[in-house]
Amino acid sequence: MTEPLVSVRDLRIGATTDAGRKVEIIKGVSFDIAPGEIVALIGESGSGKTTIALSLMGHARPGCRISGGRIAIGGDDVTAMSETGRAALRGTRVSYVPQSAAAAFNPAKRIMAQVIEITDIHRLMPRAEAEAKAVELFRALALPEPESIGTRYPHQVSGGQLQRLSAAMALIGGPDLVIFDEPTTALDVTTQIEVLRAFKSAMAQGGASGVYVSHDLAVVAQIADRIIVLKGGEIQEEGTTGQILHAPAHPYTRALLAAFEPRPHAAVPAPGHPAQPRPIIEVAHLHAGYGPISDGAPQAKVLQDVSFRLERGRNLGVIGESGSGKSTLARAIAGILPPYRGTVLVDGTEMRPDLRNRSKEELRRAQIVFQLADTALNPAHSIGAILGRPLAFYHGMRGQAAERRVIELLDMVQLPANLRFRLPGELSGGQKQRVNFARALAAEPELVLCDEITSALDTVVAAAIIDLLKELQRELDLSYLFISHDLSTVEAICDDVLVMHKGRVVEALPARDMSAKAAHPYSRLLISSIPQLDTGWLASLEQDPELVRQFALR
Amino acid sequence: MTLTKTLAAVLPTPGRLGYRFNLAGRTGLCVIAFWALIAVFGPLMSPYAPGEIVDWDYFSPMSGQFWLGTDYLGRDMLSRILMGARYTVGISLAAVAITVTAGVLLGMTAAVIGGWFDMVLSRLLDALNGIPSLLFGLVVVAAVGSSIPVLVLTLAAIYIPGAYRYARALAVNINTMDYVTVARARGETTFYLATREIFPNILGPVLADLGVRFIFIVLVLSGLSFLGLGVQPPNADWGGLVRENLEGMSLGAPAVIFPSVAIATLTISVNMFIDNLPVKIRDRSE
Repeated sequence: MTEPLVSVRDLRIGATTDAGRKVEIIKGVSFDIAPGEIVALIGESGSGKTTIALSLMGHARPGCRISGGRIAIGGDDVTAMSETGRAALRGTRVSYVPQSAAAAFNPAKRIMAQVIEITDIHRLMPRAEAEAKAVELFRALALPEPESIGTRYPHQVSGGQLQRLSAAMALIGGPDLVIFDEPTTALDVTTQIEVLRAFKSAMAQGGASGVYVSHDLAVVAQIADRIIVLKGGEIQEEGTTGQILHAPAHPYTRALLAAFEPRPHAAVPAPGHPAQPRPIIEVAHLHAGYGPISDGAPQAKVLQDVSFRLERGRNLGVIGESGSGKSTLARAIAGILPPYRGTVLVDGTEMRPDLRNRSKEELRRAQIVFQLADTALNPAHSIGAILGRPLAFYHGMRGQAAERRVIELLDMVQLPANLRFRLPGELSGGQKQRVNFARALAAEPELVLCDEITSALDTVVAAAIIDLLKELQRELDLSYLFISHDLSTVEAICDDVLVMHKGRVVEALPARDMSAKAAHPYSRLLISSIPQLDTGWLASLEQDPELVRQFALR
Repeated sequence: MTLTKTLAAVLPTPGRLGYRFNLAGRTGLCVIAFWALIAVFGPLMSPYAPGEIVDWDYFSPMSGQFWLGTDYLGRDMLSRILMGARYTVGISLAAVAITVTAGVLLGMTAAVIGGWFDMVLSRLLDALNGIPSLLFGLVVVAAVGSSIPVLVLTLAAIYIPGAYRYARALAVNINTMDYVTVARARGETTFYLATREIFPNILGPVLADLGVRFIFIVLVLSGLSFLGLGVQPPNADWGGLVRENLEGMSLGAPAVIFPSVAIATLTISVNMFIDNLPVKIRDRSE
């Protein structure tokens, strides 16, 4: 075996908490990266994957510090280097592609100036040469108009293009090692394909090694040679991509893989039982939008002519990419964004467009749960107060009775009762999402509008939430309107699926065998873009370029 | 009721266990407590009547008889500073409390209701902001006459637009958070949204704003006194004491130094305290 490019031995990274307690984030991690190899670090949030990746540049996030071990890159000991030495290393030998390119680019400077900044800082080459090299990289990354894209500003290119430009920025210094920190997590699936392909070919051309941080096994399977599975700051398993995917040894790896397998939802028998003839929700010709209203229609029309019905006890999935209007649909139904045309009937009762005109009882029946539990829970209130409020508001429950009910609700979402004294900031992401859901349950709703509630969670945690939702549905006779961009999640919980594109419903499908029955070209494109747990998937994927041009938001 | 509950939940008392309260904050609190005691009990302790001319010399230095020297008329400075504490601390605190309360309430209401209400209120207060503060004080005092309630209200009126702008900007940010949307979708009232959902989350910056505004008010109060519109002679607030003894500066008279020191210690300690409020230590593992 050749000399490894990167060698990490017994790496330890620690931090000190507010109370002065010392915690170890990375607990003795060792691995090697060979020249030209791409190694994926995979694990859930808090597993230390980004912390390890950043430490390869000799960087520890504020409050953390590399407390032990040795990191060597091409024979140089990064851990023993001075800060100046590390600064010289960054950009030229090790470079970084961030998760959010939109946040990493300066909106006030042209793209070219930012891409070649590294060559300027490290005095690598004259400006003209750097620009020529940048254009070459733009071409290698399959960016449109490689000669002139550099003269644009960051807001003038799409999210997927910006992510590829940030890769160009990382590659311009000719690094030996490129760190990709979840670079496609924030992108839509159809965009993700293009970005992954570009990364893969650019890395193959450049011959640099890579570290790819992700929580998505399917994405990693397309690009990595080797996978390191992390949990709680320790390596659980390390192996080639094929081995990890097909012959996982560690139970945690198997849990990760199991969470990926869609478990099709046993569909509730379709309508027809006479006891409940009314659908729980029926939406007809719904239109909604933003901006000043003229001629009875707002300036930016987001939802156009959406109609569907959902029978009691069944679940409806809404899928689509960002900007398809799926979240707006939930907001319009809840009355947060009053629709300007069309009707919403909940259990046969017509809802007024604006929620301010709806009665408490009408509001209680349909509850909305938002994607980000971080922003959906008031950081200043204890969990007990957050869950207690809907009890007091809808049911007039106070004091002892309310407290008992809060404990009951926490138990329903499988959280311990003493959590009610904590603040949201003191819970993990999965716990917060459970509290977020419990708050909706506190109202005793009949319909729950779930807006991407598992999207911000790790695969294993998301799978547990889905199981919880199914269980609660059986117990409490709920119906879900489940909005997601993740088809496997939708498949796992929904009976029917609406595919949305640019504010319109393009197709309604049964959730089972979605891929077989999809007839609309956009549905087919969307379904074929979902990464599969198969190393050859990206290479063998063929999409009609005409279709891609028509529908993908690249 | 809900408001007091929020305050109790968010404003921690330093005495309770489990709070971290650093040295700067403690020092600030001690100095504030010291001046508050002086404001209440100062006149009982003063060796001379504040308006009485007790020394034939003017701007005399510190001595056993006159601890902090005498002023431009030969009045005892210590007695005058003890007397001035009541005006400066009292008027400024009352005015800043009214300013920030009104500003925050209006700002949160405007942010939650939005639309035309926000527009009208903002334009009205912007217009008020356009009047030069001393000119405004001049007109009010000339019309109504100078008294302490008039001074407090005038100072409050001068600074409410600024406090409103600041609180509104903070509240608008919080107003777009999902938890406020959830509460709104639940059908909560504007009052609930403002006091329970928004207020606890803007409290930190609002308190910092209170500290800065307190200093501005001390300064404008002394400006008004200098124009003869503020505290009426023979009484004076600290700013007034500095102004009336300004000629003593070239003589290095303590009469000009000590009121300045008093203003500085009060304003700095208010800011030290507000920037270093006791923080509850919360550790997830416990």
